[in-house]
Amino acid sequence: MLRRLFKDFRFSVLPVPGRLIAIIFFVALLIFPLITDKSSHLYILTLSSLLVIFAVSWDLLSGYSGQVNFGHALFFGVAAYTTALLYKYLGWQPWATIPIGALVATGIGVVTCFPALRLRGPYLSLLTMAFPLMLLGVVMAFKDFTGGEFGIPGLPEIAATRLGEYYICLLVMTVSVLIMWKLTDAGSKYIRTGLIFHAIREDEIAARASGINTIRYKILAFVIGGFFAGLAGALYVHVLGGTGISTLSMTMSFRAIIYVVFGGIVSIYGAVIGVYTLYTLIQLLGVGARNFIGQNQILIMAILVILILLFMPEGLGVWVRDKIERECPRCKLTNGFWRKECRACGASLH
Amino acid sequence: MTLVTGGVYALLATGFSLIFGNARVINLAHTGFFMLAAYLLWYFMRQLGLDTVWAIVITVPAVTLVGILAFRFLINPIREHLAAVLLMTVALAMAFEELMTNLFTSHYHLLPNLIPGYTEIFGVRVINQYLLTLGIVVVVIVIVWLILAKTKLGIALRATAQDAEIANLMGISVPRTLMITMGIATALAAVAAVVVAPLWTIYPGMWTQPLVMVMVVVVLGGLGSVKGSIIGAFIIAFVEQSVITLMPSYTYLSTVFAILAMVIVLIVRPGGLFGVLFEEERL
Repeated sequence: MLRRLFKDFRFSVLPVPGRLIAIIFFVALLIFPLITDKSSHLYILTLSSLLVIFAVSWDLLSGYSGQVNFGHALFFGVAAYTTALLYKYLGWQPWATIPIGALVATGIGVVTCFPALRLRGPYLSLLTMAFPLMLLGVVMAFKDFTGGEFGIPGLPEIAATRLGEYYICLLVMTVSVLIMWKLTDAGSKYIRTGLIFHAIREDEIAARASGINTIRYKILAFVIGGFFAGLAGALYVHVLGGTGISTLSMTMSFRAIIYVVFGGIVSIYGAVIGVYTLYTLIQLLGVGARNFIGQNQILIMAILVILILLFMPEGLGVWVRDKIERECPRCKLTNGFWRKECRACGASLH
Repeated sequence: MTLVTGGVYALLATGFSLIFGNARVINLAHTGFFMLAAYLLWYFMRQLGLDTVWAIVITVPAVTLVGILAFRFLINPIREHLAAVLLMTVALAMAFEELMTNLFTSHYHLLPNLIPGYTEIFGVRVINQYLLTLGIVVVVIVIVWLILAKTKLGIALRATAQDAEIANLMGISVPRTLMITMGIATALAAVAAVVVAPLWTIYPGMWTQPLVMVMVVVVLGGLGSVKGSIIGAFIIAFVEQSVITLMPSYTYLSTVFAILAMVIVLIVRPGGLFGVLFEEERL
């Protein structure tokens, strides 16, 4: 078992710089609390791991299967409000409400995809944008039940300490991202969803002509995307200690889009890179809002996005990957940038 | 009031629709330009003390220039990458909002009516500002329609909207046409801001609410159709205002009902009321 792990590491991780960086980064996150135990830093990283789940789920739904969703905050907000309301009125504990919240978000995903599946392209995007705003209006209209603009405060924490919260969220993030990565991996031998999502995005009619029930897979994309976004939303309110209308706002939907497109759409790592650059880095640099960065976070983020997009329209992550990895023209195996010949078949890489 | 709101939505939606129809860009920064124009007008009138007419004469071309420059240097280079363009417009709008917050603080600002007093029509007192707003809206819409329908430029614009590649082959410079479209669209947003600034409050976040309504209007009327946008604008404004009038305690639901109207229309007619179905792109 150990030997097999070592062999895997030696032959399929070490020669591929992208995977190596991913593992180094994960280890760095694991030992981060050893470097600093300031609770504000841990808090930011906890929130970023939840935002990673949220962004990656948007990438799965909109990037991979091509159903560009402008209202991803719907799933996030529904789960957030479900958990909060269950605690407030029934007194249920987080370990019960968080899965229920995620499942309710999944259900909402199924419900919204029925009108959404009739539409394509920009119409679909604009229709999905409408749903969270409708719900927002309802939340504001029934203030007594939902707390209106003040939300529902006073929710219990998922762990006694910040450290515990940090590790729980990190674990959930890693597992979710791995699951979603496997589900969207077009080269996988066991799971066909990745390949089918790619087919639907590239050419839906051809996919249908090849005998794929595209409607079923689109619903599946909504279900998976909804579930993970809901999971992120449900955890988010418990880390934050309360829910508010910001979980349903248009800003929240746009945040997913910003992170994913910034890092590189249709690539799971792009979303991760986007969140950790645009959210974590800027927040960590601006802790306490005392310095220049802390006061102009959104402006800096917007300018950064504009500049990066001008020079790397595919996204930061994809740009970096193209620099450090090379695909073998003969056997399509990924090689490090330092090699002149493919590591498997020996073909020249130039 | 319905007519005024509808008119403003119509101006904004026409511009949004023009850009979408010609450049296939969902311009989320469209109402960002609207906000920018409102702020500039406020700045010129209140801070510099310029005359109303002069303030308007400077504001509209200035915002139009900003729009054209933004399109030329930020959107056009990456027009091939749809997701990147989308994000670029979001980032632009956010940058505008933050800039305005930094420059003019996030306080609410008010402008006086451009012309004072009121007129009695059928025994109802109507503030002159409303009449002025309506008048300008009608004139501007007629001008845009004339440009689109009668001039050579308008023919070029519509040709580009139908098929950019063929238009290019026929000797129409597509990038230039798109820049002109962007210019017209931003100018429309600026005019909308100018006429409505005295009626609404000016604050950095004022772009989100109209953006939502504009999208609703455009989808309702059909993307890329100017006629649809104008009719959709008045339908949505009517729905919104009647909710506010009939259920004053549930004002928050006005957006909900407006969106509901859109959803119903979309379910019955997936292409909007007057939608142009881009057959080759629906694949």
